[in-house]
Amino acid sequence: MREPLIFDQGRPGRRAPSQAPGVAAPTDDLPAALIRRTPPPLPEVSELQVVRHFTRLSQLNFSIDTHFYPLGSCTMKYNPRASNKLAMLPGFLDRHPLEPEGHAQGFLECLFELQEMLKAVTGMSGVSLTPMAGAQGEFAGVAMIRAYHVARGDAGRTQIIVPDAAHGTNPATATMCGCDVVEIPTGPDGDVDVDALRKVVGPQTAGIMLTNPSTLGAFERRIAEIAAVVHGAGGLLYYDGANLNAILGRALPAAMGFDVVHINLHKTFSTPHGGGGPGAGIVAVTDRLEPFLPIPIVGRRDGQHDGQHDGQYCWLAEKDRPRSIGRLSGFMGNAGILLRAYVYMRLLGGEGMRRVSGFATLNANYLMKRLAAAGFTPAYPQRRASHEFIITLKDITRETGVTAMDFAKALLDKGFHAPTTYFPLLVPECLLIEPTESEARQDLDGFAQALIDIRDLALRDPAEVKRAPLTTPVRRLDDVRAAKQLDLTWQSRHPARPAGSHNQE
Amino acid sequence: MPFIPHTADDTSAMLDAIGVRTIDDLFDEIPAALRVDGLPGVPAGLSEAAITRLMRERAARNVPSICFLGAGAYEHHIPAAVWEIATRGEFYSAYTPYQAEASQGTLQLIYEYQSMLAGLTGLDVSNASLYDGATAFAEACLMAVRSARGARSRRVLVPRYVNPVWRKVARALLAGQNVELVELAASTGRTDLAALGALEGQDFAALCIPYPNFLGGFEPVDELTDWAHARGMLVIAACNPTALALLKPPGEWGTKGADIACGEGQPLGIPLGSGGPYFGFLACRQALVRQMPGRIVGGTVDVEGRPGFTLTLQAREQHIRRSKATSNICTNQGLMVTAATIYLSLLGSEGLRRVAAQCHANTRSLVGALTGLGGISAPFAPYFHEAVLTLPRPVAPVLGKLAAAGILGGYDLSADFPELGHGLLVCATELRTAEDIDAYRRALAGVLGVAVAA
Repeated sequence: MREPLIFDQGRPGRRAPSQAPGVAAPTDDLPAALIRRTPPPLPEVSELQVVRHFTRLSQLNFSIDTHFYPLGSCTMKYNPRASNKLAMLPGFLDRHPLEPEGHAQGFLECLFELQEMLKAVTGMSGVSLTPMAGAQGEFAGVAMIRAYHVARGDAGRTQIIVPDAAHGTNPATATMCGCDVVEIPTGPDGDVDVDALRKVVGPQTAGIMLTNPSTLGAFERRIAEIAAVVHGAGGLLYYDGANLNAILGRALPAAMGFDVVHINLHKTFSTPHGGGGPGAGIVAVTDRLEPFLPIPIVGRRDGQHDGQHDGQYCWLAEKDRPRSIGRLSGFMGNAGILLRAYVYMRLLGGEGMRRVSGFATLNANYLMKRLAAAGFTPAYPQRRASHEFIITLKDITRETGVTAMDFAKALLDKGFHAPTTYFPLLVPECLLIEPTESEARQDLDGFAQALIDIRDLALRDPAEVKRAPLTTPVRRLDDVRAAKQLDLTWQSRHPARPAGSHNQE
Repeated sequence: MPFIPHTADDTSAMLDAIGVRTIDDLFDEIPAALRVDGLPGVPAGLSEAAITRLMRERAARNVPSICFLGAGAYEHHIPAAVWEIATRGEFYSAYTPYQAEASQGTLQLIYEYQSMLAGLTGLDVSNASLYDGATAFAEACLMAVRSARGARSRRVLVPRYVNPVWRKVARALLAGQNVELVELAASTGRTDLAALGALEGQDFAALCIPYPNFLGGFEPVDELTDWAHARGMLVIAACNPTALALLKPPGEWGTKGADIACGEGQPLGIPLGSGGPYFGFLACRQALVRQMPGRIVGGTVDVEGRPGFTLTLQAREQHIRRSKATSNICTNQGLMVTAATIYLSLLGSEGLRRVAAQCHANTRSLVGALTGLGGISAPFAPYFHEAVLTLPRPVAPVLGKLAAAGILGGYDLSADFPELGHGLLVCATELRTAEDIDAYRRALAGVLGVAVAA
């Protein structure tokens, strides 16, 4: 199935007339030298063509709503429709971000309560909702750690420690904050090598970035010891909340010794991934980092003000928060995503959150056991899986030449989105599998059977597995050609055609 | 149990298969001292009916108003089809298109988006979007510092009338990398060309040019572009995308055109939404593409030679290059880009040009109506889409009274730009009617105590 580019479906002069003003208003007062001479190459199509084109494009996607999507580290759980519908109520959607606070008390109340709930699930004492993605939350966290050291006159602390299994964003973030990165190895049991950690900490240590449970799908059992080592050296601990779904209501990052945490609301709190965003990467901190939180923050006026405004919600910004690391967005972050997370959290309640981690962990351990029983090799068989786990296909690859990538593609033909492949980098030929709590037992069984069938086919006829996928809209794509012969726009395919005469096909 | 499909039989069979008695036993690797029993700080769960009631009640407490407020976010008509389609589950609940064969819908859509944004800006290539306009501006500055040939400098020249919040965000994001934003002086509502002389001999990586600027004014884009290029700087355009349907695109500025364009994508089909999510766009000349941050989609072919799309140039990105990546960004604002691509397809170049022209005409009408009250002046012209008014008295109390009357009267400029006196930034998009403008005129007359003709 192939859908032509929208640009190639138009005809000159075709429009969707009900969507724009009926006449062109005069612009005679604008400087002639600044008027555009050739119109931009936008499609000239009808409303039905647009609706049909994008509906067809949507049908070329795998998604949670259509397929099991066990993408490790991404927490592809069900995105409740109620979250979307209620966040898109006109009272929230039509509000200008700079409207007076008095006009927005309902909106601000939701955000204030969201801050309070996020404090409860992390054990932290301060929250800022403004980071717009996990990577921005990481930036905020490391920038706060830097600001804390600088404020204490300890500006020489510029080194950030990350385990070798860390997400790529961790070292990239450290660099963005002007820090150096030092990597420490993971031990054979999947825990951080604490002796190696002891060797790298010192007066240059700004902090450590950890994910717990780690990207290997196992809880860092020596976390208290790690915290003591890092704190003892004068550094702080950063918690990458990518895997919070695994411990929700079971353990609190603050109690583990972390000083700052970011949470990907699009993972644990089920806001949509939207084809790659928008996300929300809120940050929560202990008292010592609280003054540095990015602004704005939602506050509530108390009795110290005139009685008239008691209990009113308000924005706290530059004047109230002079030591803040500053603003990270044009207004106040991804408000609509925050509202979706708020709805989801209120639907679950505290008890529901604890069930989330329970059933996510049940599903992961059940699936790992099933696959192990069928002869697959868990990367850390001696460990309890958290909400996700890794299998390594290195033996099958050695025997048959069929790789983790081939398995991923073959799964698509069986109606399953592939798990995360080749991450973490230290496990060869790995699949990182995260089923989430919202999948039923029969879906896990079906997925396990699909992997078993692919493995059996690999042993019989490896070339056949390497042909996959056969049922998707396209088969394997030439990535090398994509990078070498860059084709990034429709215009680049039609260089000779002047803009404005582009719809002649 | 919300969103958990397990029956009691499922659960016990699964626990048996694992070889544990209870779900709690699965957490035995968490040291006992760290385990908690629950989350007393989170209220009990609600039914969908109950949360619907609660959210409706809160949404209703947000007071509806007639909006003459812009300052970086604009209320435009959004065709019904835009969000009907963008929230289809196949777009809404998909992830980053890592498995290209299972993500051709998202990938083709992003390719179409990149084509549209490159076309609007008059540049060669666009990425798949960034978080918002402010962060796109910061990333553009960083990208310019990485790319600038010959320049030893990590300084970027930024005119005074770039959105003040964008400047704050860029400072926060760039501080760690020692990139410095240097303010370029301005007068009469735009950058002062005479002030450039004082900068001769100094080294800058780039010059940023807002288009239109934060006050709605036109910078001397051709002169500034040629001046910067003659001194080895790159030129960054920070533009309103609606304006680009009507105004000369950055790629055509001066002799050689701007090198990078960035901006806030919200006007392209994204609701005001209390502040987000929006998206930032970033486009550039072909020669700079390898310095661009963020996702990029390219066309290619599959093993049968059929055309298809995939993420490309990933060697720039954090999941490959780790600490040496161009940025730590993973996300594009996929869902917002989906909406924007549908919006731009429905509007087309003629539709978008009419939207831009109508915004401009309505703002002119508004400025005419309000300055007609007497005592109010419009100090700068020409302007586009948004304009400065100078009031006879402090702006904040006036805006407060207008808000109480259901009118969002604009943005108070006095904190950011005290040199403008009692400056007020107003905006009337294509959605404002003659009646809306008259309502504003009457309300303002009432606040200022001016008599108006019936």
